[in-house]
Amino acid sequence: MADGPEEIGRLIGLMARLPGMGPRSARRAVLHLVKKRSQVLLPLAEAMKAVGESVRPCVACGNLATSDLCPICANPKRATGTLCVVADVADLWAMERSQAFQGRYHVLGGLLSALDAIGPDELGIPKLVARVTEEELTEIILALPATIDGQTTAHYIADALPELNVTSLAQGVPIGGELDFLDDGTISAALRARARV
Amino acid sequence: MEWRDEGFVLSARPHGETAALIEVMSAAHGRHAGLVRGGISRKARPHLQPGNLLDLTWRARLPEHLGSFTFEPRGSSPALSSRLALAGVSATCALLSLTLPERDPHPGLFQQSLALIAMAGDPLFPLAYLQWERALLDDMGFGLDLSSCAVTGATEGLAYVSPTSGRAVSAAGAGEWAPRLLELPPILLGLGNGGPDEIARALGTTGWFIEHRLLASTDHALPPARARLVDAIRASA
Repeated sequence: MADGPEEIGRLIGLMARLPGMGPRSARRAVLHLVKKRSQVLLPLAEAMKAVGESVRPCVACGNLATSDLCPICANPKRATGTLCVVADVADLWAMERSQAFQGRYHVLGGLLSALDAIGPDELGIPKLVARVTEEELTEIILALPATIDGQTTAHYIADALPELNVTSLAQGVPIGGELDFLDDGTISAALRARARV
Repeated sequence: MEWRDEGFVLSARPHGETAALIEVMSAAHGRHAGLVRGGISRKARPHLQPGNLLDLTWRARLPEHLGSFTFEPRGSSPALSSRLALAGVSATCALLSLTLPERDPHPGLFQQSLALIAMAGDPLFPLAYLQWERALLDDMGFGLDLSSCAVTGATEGLAYVSPTSGRAVSAAGAGEWAPRLLELPPILLGLGNGGPDEIARALGTTGWFIEHRLLASTDHALPPARARLVDAIRASA
């Protein structure tokens, strides 16, 4: 009863499991929800129910969708010859925000990691290889993190698709970045990928 | 309880919302784990990649506690410069992480590992890596003695390594036991052409000792990163 009725205690317990939340912030959020019942609590509950019932992974790419195919895969205007491989749905959304890529995606669902016992089969790599053989792809763009795990995954995919043009995002100085604040690995990568002005 | 030391990152994984649990190999404190608060932040994360050298400060209330690290970056490894460099740094860090006992200093191996990581993009890296694996076996008490034949005492015609003793065996001394012995490529004797294929074969022999001696008491097999390195060395032929 420390957190009010049992139902509220259960809600606080569930909210406390969310990223960025702890018991204290969950308690504050729940009290806010209860106070704003009609404006926030009930619409939120309905929205969560709708998401829970309808959202599922796209059967083609792994993006989140409300039908078998996500809007990107279902869009006939999207370029079909190029596929962008990302680690997670959050990376796909980041690419989409940039509006720089007009092709389709493939979400791996993570990166190869010996430490976490994540191998090729745990990721969507076999599905990616199958997809490449089914669709007439001319290029695979690897938009994977510039980390050891990210680049290990990139090399693994490149090895698994030897006959395809597999490219990777460039690494270097970010827009608005100042050299003084960059680590020397980034500066080295930027120097290697220098381009004529 | 506090110490300061230099060390390079062996592994880093997120812990909770903002922290990272890292494992480093330090000069005077060996393989050591600790928590880095804010370790998965955009600012800290690039420095916590395996192979990167850090100035470390470790603090804990009691020595047996996990403790927390604060760090200043000292240098990045060349891991992302090429496929071979990536596989090399990954294999080095993974093997150290799996084989070294925790909090047991290995200053000599630390310096050798540091030098190895620094030359990860170098064409001589495969040979340096082979020598480093031998140094790892030496440091852990399972060094190979390839100076003379364990059976005949001969110093010429050495062709095999005994999996039991880690000593060289000549072709004449091996006799009918030859199929049960491990290959001794000339590169392990400081001879041969030092080509990628020969280094890969020699890594097969050192790998056997790492797997059956260093990792025997653990649940681990040779890390996939090492297999990728051997493949990358073979592919560079």
